Amino acid sequence: MSKKMDKVWFAVFTVPLLFVFATVVIIPFLIGIGYSFVSWDGIPANPKVFVGFDNYAKLFQDERFLASSWHTIQFTVLALVSVNLLGLLLSLFVTAKLRTSNAARTLFFMPNLIGGLILGYIWQFIFTDAFKMVGEKTGLHSVFFNWLLDPQFAIYAMVVVFTWQMAGYTMIIYIAGIQGIPDDLIEAAKVDGANLWHRLTRIVFPLLMPAFTICLFLTLSGAFKIFDVNLSLTKGGPNNASEMFAMNIFNEIFGYGHYGLGQAKAIVFFLIVAILTLTQVVITKRREVQM
Amino acid sequence: MRTTSKWLLELLLVLLALCFLSPVYLMVVNSFKNRAELYQNALALPSSLSFQYYSKAMEKMNYWTAFGNSVFVTVVSVVIVVLLASMTAWMLVRTDNKLSKIIFMVLVSTMLIPFQTLMMPLMQVMDWIRTNLHLPMLNTHGGLIYMNVGFHASMAVFLYHGFIKSVPVALEEAATLDGCSKFGVFWRIVFPMLTTITITIAILDVIAIWNDYLLPSLTLSDKGLRTIPLSTFYFFGEFTIVWNLAMAGLTLTIIPVVIFYFFAQKYIVKGIAAGAVK
Repeated sequence: MSKKMDKVWFAVFTVPLLFVFATVVIIPFLIGIGYSFVSWDGIPANPKVFVGFDNYAKLFQDERFLASSWHTIQFTVLALVSVNLLGLLLSLFVTAKLRTSNAARTLFFMPNLIGGLILGYIWQFIFTDAFKMVGEKTGLHSVFFNWLLDPQFAIYAMVVVFTWQMAGYTMIIYIAGIQGIPDDLIEAAKVDGANLWHRLTRIVFPLLMPAFTICLFLTLSGAFKIFDVNLSLTKGGPNNASEMFAMNIFNEIFGYGHYGLGQAKAIVFFLIVAILTLTQVVITKRREVQM
Repeated sequence: MRTTSKWLLELLLVLLALCFLSPVYLMVVNSFKNRAELYQNALALPSSLSFQYYSKAMEKMNYWTAFGNSVFVTVVSVVIVVLLASMTAWMLVRTDNKLSKIIFMVLVSTMLIPFQTLMMPLMQVMDWIRTNLHLPMLNTHGGLIYMNVGFHASMAVFLYHGFIKSVPVALEEAATLDGCSKFGVFWRIVFPMLTTITITIAILDVIAIWNDYLLPSLTLSDKGLRTIPLSTFYFFGEFTIVWNLAMAGLTLTIIPVVIFYFFAQKYIVKGIAAGAVK
């Protein structure tokens, strides 16, 4: 009797969530795999034709898709470095017990709360108009020109915006890591004559490895999946030169109506994200130092 | 020597902070300028404070409707996520069998799936439900909330799961012996003990759902249903960009976020750190 009641309670507590979850995540994921093997234009009346692995074969010859993967790789690598360097630098500054530390910390984190779409629009103004004006006033035309019109600089522009958004976020995580390092460890090193550089590289950084793991993981998956900033800052332009993975998939499905091909790309996208994040976690976990 | 280097650091930090703030500065100053003044010098302070572009932007973005829609969708989604996820996580932790472990593993592993992989088939599923079961899943706030709950469920269960494992079971057993039902045990005893992690989850989800653009853009087509990111998108799409008006619009969209940050700053920073470490 009580065993049976336990089962009923288990169902009462878990089924509502699991039902929603199944219809929103599990079922779409599974039928999504099915869609990747058909050719279909998204119109319900039109037939879905089974084409086997054709979509997968096609996407590896799709030059625009390959170009978008290359943009995504460039963007992700640059963003990974710049976000974490700046985040770490900010966290070191903010924990240095300066008078302005608290105010600065508040400020550095704020962009993270503003959505990517809105950040992209703010920076669109800066890169197109403000930059041009600064260029005209100062004569530094090699730096201050309209970045969004240059194929390579459009990607750099996205790195800048993404860094502005994410540096404060990683800063918070690095701060938590730094505060977890016992003061007497640093003091002891000071007494032993270790200079600032040695204290950082021999004590602080190795002990920050768990924080590195988290931050690298977060920036990697965030950068790889970027969409909103891409849409509002460059719209993939100029001439698709800054179109990233996620946007390419979106355009293939909803722009060109190639539902099967687009879904095949989406499955490949999922596989890459899964492999990247899992490898990254395994590698960094191995290098963590035990206290 | 020590003090000079400290002052130097202080100065550097202030400079960095100013750099960080400059985009916001540019946005706000230019929202007050007329076209000629803006193109004459975008960096200078405005010569006069007129709010005409704000009222115009408000009207064009349908600001108050969008704001109300955003608040409604965000609050209801987050409340449901918190209720359902805490119940599920508690059951999964307290029922030590294979089924619980499998459910938990499935929930956690799906956190790797990017939204782009699900968006098209999800729309097909929702369309199927709409045509065959006659439930209004598309182009309604209810449908959007339903999908929000589905997408944020696994992360919330994951965070609750980790937290509940550290909550001692003795109190619950005592209450059960006193004749409290499972429902009573959970809502009267367990849920109040989860406040810390509930705040973390609520904050993470509020930020994510408030700023979400792609899912609402796929599900909502009526003008009157648009959330703030959606109305911002259409605001920028409909007109050739008039920057002073655009900057006023963007400032308006950021004000609620800044106010929220101002009041909940302590919890946000803590929540972010706690949520990320897990």
